[in-house]
Amino acid sequence: MGKTLAEKVWDAHVVRKGEGEGANAQPDLLFIDLHLVHEVTSPQAFEGLRLAGRKLRRTDLTIATEDHNTPTLDIDKPIADLTSRTQIETLRANCKEFGVRLHSLGDKEQGIVHVVGPQLGLTQPGMTVVCGDSHTSTHGAFGALAMGIGTSEVEHVMATQTLSLKPFKTMAINVEGTLRPGVTAKDIILAVIAKIGTGGGQGYVLEYRGSAIRALSMDARMTICNMSIEAGARAGMVAPDQTTYDYMQGRPHAPEGADWDAAVEYWNTLHTDADATFDVEVDLDANTLEPFVTWGTNPGQGVSLSAKVPSPEDFGDENAKAAAERALQYMGLEAGTPMKDIRVDTVFLGSCTNSRIEDLRAAADIIRGREKDPEVRMLVVPGSARVRLEAEAEGLDKVFKDFGAEWRFAGCSMCLGMNPDQLEPGERCASTSNRNFEGRQGKGGRTHLVSPVVAAATAVRGTLSSPSDLEPASAGTLTEIAV
Amino acid sequence: MEAFTTHTGIGVPLRQSNVDTDQIIPAVYLKRITRTGFEDALFAAWRKDESFILNQAPFKAGSVLVAGPDFGTGSSREHAVWALKDYGFKAVLSSRFADIFRGNSGKQGLLAAQVAQDDIELIWKVLENAPGTEVKVDLVSKTVECGNVVAPFEIDDYTRWRLLEGLDDIGLTLQHEEDITAYEATRPAFKPKTLPAKS
Repeated sequence: MGKTLAEKVWDAHVVRKGEGEGANAQPDLLFIDLHLVHEVTSPQAFEGLRLAGRKLRRTDLTIATEDHNTPTLDIDKPIADLTSRTQIETLRANCKEFGVRLHSLGDKEQGIVHVVGPQLGLTQPGMTVVCGDSHTSTHGAFGALAMGIGTSEVEHVMATQTLSLKPFKTMAINVEGTLRPGVTAKDIILAVIAKIGTGGGQGYVLEYRGSAIRALSMDARMTICNMSIEAGARAGMVAPDQTTYDYMQGRPHAPEGADWDAAVEYWNTLHTDADATFDVEVDLDANTLEPFVTWGTNPGQGVSLSAKVPSPEDFGDENAKAAAERALQYMGLEAGTPMKDIRVDTVFLGSCTNSRIEDLRAAADIIRGREKDPEVRMLVVPGSARVRLEAEAEGLDKVFKDFGAEWRFAGCSMCLGMNPDQLEPGERCASTSNRNFEGRQGKGGRTHLVSPVVAAATAVRGTLSSPSDLEPASAGTLTEIAV
Repeated sequence: MEAFTTHTGIGVPLRQSNVDTDQIIPAVYLKRITRTGFEDALFAAWRKDESFILNQAPFKAGSVLVAGPDFGTGSSREHAVWALKDYGFKAVLSSRFADIFRGNSGKQGLLAAQVAQDDIELIWKVLENAPGTEVKVDLVSKTVECGNVVAPFEIDDYTRWRLLEGLDDIGLTLQHEEDITAYEATRPAFKPKTLPAKS
């Protein structure tokens, strides 16, 4: 019988098969091709190595960057928050001691770890990729088996370049059809999570398939795979194709010459066989999909932007009902309110979900020639220093600044507010990030997850809006384009 | 890692689903570089509310957390497990755990016992009707006992064995170092290396 993509990648990395069969089997020992490291989940792992007198086995398969704690303003000055500074300095000292390549704040390759890996060409099809960060699932967009791990596992990978894992089940997410204008990859994944729930993917590797997925760019596929974890799945994958190869070719660490040919020959085998079966299949119709937005405090609590805030009574399950009640209270929302009537204070364009060049371009296209709602504060945080440079070369920084948005330096920023970029209590935010948990963006902050184009349209109108709600852009800009 | 066979302690009913790791420990506490001392960070936002369960005697001294489904979702932060352990929790009961949280628990000797939701409801009732009731978690027989409720729980056999023996994962893997070296020799040349750096 044929194999799924996930099974092929798994099988190609088994160092040692676990003894036993079925539920009682021991885990397999898998080789890890790439280990990404950042400052938050690594200090205790390095310390563990040091205490045990162990070396980091494969420094040539390890790379570190500073992202979670880094400020997005005044990056040439010492980090003001002492504990943040200590954590960054600890990473620097550890990387030096153990021989790990590090891209520090100010370096042109610094940025969010999940933006940096693909950008350097280090993320490639068929690899196993891990990082002490749950959004490592992002790299699955290349047909890699990529997953987040805890700090004990980080230490394990450092010491052995392997991970003990029990085989996953497989779930196909079939997305067929054509997305309508203004509907994006973010809306697909928010709709998937709303459909299968935050626990629906637990124990599975998701494979995103179908014509709508094939039509997406790599940046868009990364957005989808990124949020697999929000559906409970540790990993999500898309089979590599010409779009993947075109993205990879010429990147600093992409194979060259004969190596490229050998790689492509192998990558072409990385698809689910026609006679393979998934444990579960889920279908989503791309044709009818609308822009999606969350109303609650977990990423599964989402609806179409044209819908209303649901009532707890809409939920049959007692736990879901109680969760909805609690979420509405925290979010300060009344059941029945049209989502588009909800006013926001802040718009955040950034995070490992939506901070790549295409995300910035899509948002810039919406705001060009339009005015920001004066009450709304908009933060634009590119995913990496390189994305920032690329955007500036295209003049996008000017579009954002003319609009009245703040153009910042790269990092995780307001996605989780470990740096000074945080919401005030009660403040409401339309955010292109991945988690609308209580307090995620700052104590008492209220988050609505949206796509970059919805974020941009919301910054114009001040209320949650889709691009189709906007008046035509001002004539001034049209003239400029004509000239 | 300390071995785990049985534990008996005060049960804490946390009637909530989708308790994500941002709630278990907010991001601001992740800036520390130590592995211990996270007890103050556990449920930090919720503990500011006086009515929160851990602010009520006798639950304050609890060591078995009995939670709703989808416990530990979201961020991979192992700090969530460290905070639960540092506070004094030895076991968490839920009908469904997020994969990464469950993995992290197993590495740190915190027992994540999967109990059917119907049984969780029964245990919640016992704990709410008689606060301070102890829960006995027996990893040998894979059962929990609370008042008159006796319920089985699930945990994968490998994690159970490691917990019962108190085994260190890295040490176990390094017993197979020859296999790792042999695998490394078979890796194709086109696989990328981070060193030397190219840009």
